[in-house]
Amino acid sequence: MYSEVVMDHFANPRNVGVIENPDGVGQVGNAKCGDIMKIYLKIENETIVDVKFQTFGCAAAIASSSMATEMIKGKSVDEALAITNKAVLEALQGLPPAKIHCSLLAEEAIHAAIMDYRLKTGGSVDNIRKCDGCCNACDIEHDHVV
Amino acid sequence: MLPYFTDIYGNPSSVHSIGRDAKRVIDTERAKIAEILGAKPREIFFTASGSEADNWAIKGVAAANRKKGNHIITTSIEHHAVLHTCQYLERQGFEVTYLPVDSYGKVSIEDVEKAVRKDTILISIMHANNEIGTIQPIAEIGELAKSKGIPFHTDAVQTTGTIPVNVKDLNVDMLSLSAHKFHGPKGIGVLYARNGRIGDNLIHGGAQEANKRAGTENIPYIVGMSTALQLAVENMEENRKKVQMLRDDIISFVLNNIDHVRLNGHPTDRLPGNANFSFNYIEGESLLLMLDMKGICASSGSACTSGSLDPSHVLLAIGLSHEVAHGSVRFSLSDENTQEDVDYLKEALPGIVKTLRNISPLYNGRKEGNNHV
Repeated sequence: MYSEVVMDHFANPRNVGVIENPDGVGQVGNAKCGDIMKIYLKIENETIVDVKFQTFGCAAAIASSSMATEMIKGKSVDEALAITNKAVLEALQGLPPAKIHCSLLAEEAIHAAIMDYRLKTGGSVDNIRKCDGCCNACDIEHDHVV
Repeated sequence: MLPYFTDIYGNPSSVHSIGRDAKRVIDTERAKIAEILGAKPREIFFTASGSEADNWAIKGVAAANRKKGNHIITTSIEHHAVLHTCQYLERQGFEVTYLPVDSYGKVSIEDVEKAVRKDTILISIMHANNEIGTIQPIAEIGELAKSKGIPFHTDAVQTTGTIPVNVKDLNVDMLSLSAHKFHGPKGIGVLYARNGRIGDNLIHGGAQEANKRAGTENIPYIVGMSTALQLAVENMEENRKKVQMLRDDIISFVLNNIDHVRLNGHPTDRLPGNANFSFNYIEGESLLLMLDMKGICASSGSACTSGSLDPSHVLLAIGLSHEVAHGSVRFSLSDENTQEDVDYLKEALPGIVKTLRNISPLYNGRKEGNNHV
């Protein structure tokens, strides 16, 4: 049901943890749906120098978080914003149809964390995506923590 | 079972000798199963599954009694074979009362009595729940149903071969069972019907099963089911004690060694091999997969394993929140499990729970005094 890459990132998730005094934190999803993702960013000169995550959820959710954090590490904030759930999905070699929303959650968690950073630093929040409930997973009950 | 694929392969409906031989086999096995259940042979109807038996019992009675009434009583924690059948009948215009259960998953007899109406044509309540293992007071409900003159069906798929199932002791009019639950073959079951009285046919087109269920009988599977049931019943007390001991070992270990965990289901009135827990702050599918990596097979009430977004209807019915239900896992034991298996589980489980909680923001939030669950 899951690809080898998903199982690897699930069994050995990268970047698990918390960053003390982060420059940006984003949390998406809710416990009722069974998925919560929280991403912490350390940003220097518009570059993501460190990223950590914590996820409550299924294997797909944990693997999506792990992969997404790997993908944005070392990237500029704008580059991180350009990473879509499709890219996360491809990197994971796909997810079962019922689990696609997990990759979306990862994209949203990154955007929420960057939103937090931009709001703190007074930057533009124009190209930051908020959940529009497109995956119909939770009646747009995401509680974005910014 | 094997000779019935190759040597005694006749069609029991045929008149020739190999057909007659096959017919004799069915009659013999039917009588054996009947005796074990405390029934008469003509009260035993072979089906292709426990689900078929449930469907037949409910749809059959509903169709046959439409003029008499259109109200059915069942519970909110039934197997989908019963629940979805009832929902189907609702779409056909029947009214169904889904009785609530208490936090242990028990139905109250008072609730059953209160739900009875003049137009109630059937009560269907499972003997034991497949997820949380809670055993219902079937004999008492049966007595009530009898006093009200309402046919009473029980889904005994989980209990037959595991704990005593006698149709007279249980006061039931109809009872469903499935062979693979007592180490028999998959794809064969029985519907017991008192005095052979059953509603309308579910499957039409042949004179098999006293004209009640068309379809050539699956003789090898009938023999396999009958043999498995006999073995299960012969060793029932011994197996029950052994399995119950292993189950209780798991339950006391988990409750004493892992924090933020609850046992789902009744502490004592439960299936001997069922241990169902909710591990707060983590999600069931992740737990299952990590257990599976260590060679331990369990199942979950989490939505993530079912393809839907809602967790198990049974766990919600006993009052669990969605988030706690998502973190539920069931361990099912049989007489083939050993103390060694249980010790292996006890060694693996705490570490897995710890790993997943370390990843979980909910567990972290709890430590910060922000209790989400």
